[in-house]
Amino acid sequence: MEAPRPADNFRSDVAHIGKSVLVKGELSGSEDLYLDGEVEGSIDLQEHNLTIGPHGRVRANVKARDVIVHGKVDGNIHGTERVELKRSAVLVGDISTQRIVIEDGAFFKGAIDIKKEAKPAAKTEAPKAYAAAASYSDQGSLTPQS
Amino acid sequence: MGSMGFFKLFRSESHTPDLAADTRSGERPTRHSSGLAEFTKLLTGKESLNILDLGPTSPQNISVLTGLGHRVFNEDVLLASLDPAYIAQEEDGTKRIKVAEFLAENLNHEPQKFDAVLCWDIPDYLHESLVKVLVERLAAVMKPGGVVLAYFHTKDAGADAPYYRYHIAGKDLLSLQRGPQFRLQRVFNNRHIENLFKDFSNIKFFLARDNVREVLVVR
Repeated sequence: MEAPRPADNFRSDVAHIGKSVLVKGELSGSEDLYLDGEVEGSIDLQEHNLTIGPHGRVRANVKARDVIVHGKVDGNIHGTERVELKRSAVLVGDISTQRIVIEDGAFFKGAIDIKKEAKPAAKTEAPKAYAAAASYSDQGSLTPQS
Repeated sequence: MGSMGFFKLFRSESHTPDLAADTRSGERPTRHSSGLAEFTKLLTGKESLNILDLGPTSPQNISVLTGLGHRVFNEDVLLASLDPAYIAQEEDGTKRIKVAEFLAENLNHEPQKFDAVLCWDIPDYLHESLVKVLVERLAAVMKPGGVVLAYFHTKDAGADAPYYRYHIAGKDLLSLQRGPQFRLQRVFNNRHIENLFKDFSNIKFFLARDNVREVLVVR
């Protein structure tokens, strides 16, 4: 595996899989990962974040804290905190998370299950759900839900 | 339902869309929908319903529906129907849809899974061979008592009626986003719609001022 090259989003505390790399099997780790290559199998980063770059091709179930998708995923995504689909994202699979952010232009086929962690009160009211949606019509993209 | 010949068909190919017209202003037109009002009334107050959205991925729709506490399934069936993998070329040059293959990979859910379906105006644009099977599949995957919201263009809409993506902007309000220039394939009248949903228990029509007829159907 070639050494990662400096990039705007490259930090020394983030592992990096380049676009020429293919991984088959179980991928796990205890640090954030920027994945721009190809993975078949499964990805489990526990409480760390995963970013799938625009060249990323994932055929695996994914589990991480925050999952940001620019590329293609064929598999289920479990983001314990947040899942974000950028406009270039293509996801076929189910999403389970506490917060979902989808940019206009992203393609998604599957189910979305929002499961908030147990906190006191704060039952969602219908007017709030529609008020949040009303802010999108001008912007064409989501802002993260609280 | 036998032959589809009683539908008014617009036999014309899709052409490259002019989305600039819709994006120049930066704003999306809105449309009041009585059907949507009735649909959302049925969802409100309940949690963890399974809702199937058959339109393009809409961040707004996902946000609204998950914000109401429901589980959302997204399947853009119109886009899926254009996949070359489902299109076969006949000897005379005509194209047909591989219906069995399409159904094997789309709308493939366990029976009686969904409480509600947002069908939008997909039957107006879908290939003829998929319209009836789409509704049959919906009947199979919906729970008894589940509801379908569907829109049908009237004959006054004309063959050049623009295709819009529908985004829920309020409990009775939609924002319309110009989408790819899908060609209106047919126009249903009320009798056609009733026949199309013959396996459903109840159907309610909503009058609208524009050239779109709204329908709420109960499984």
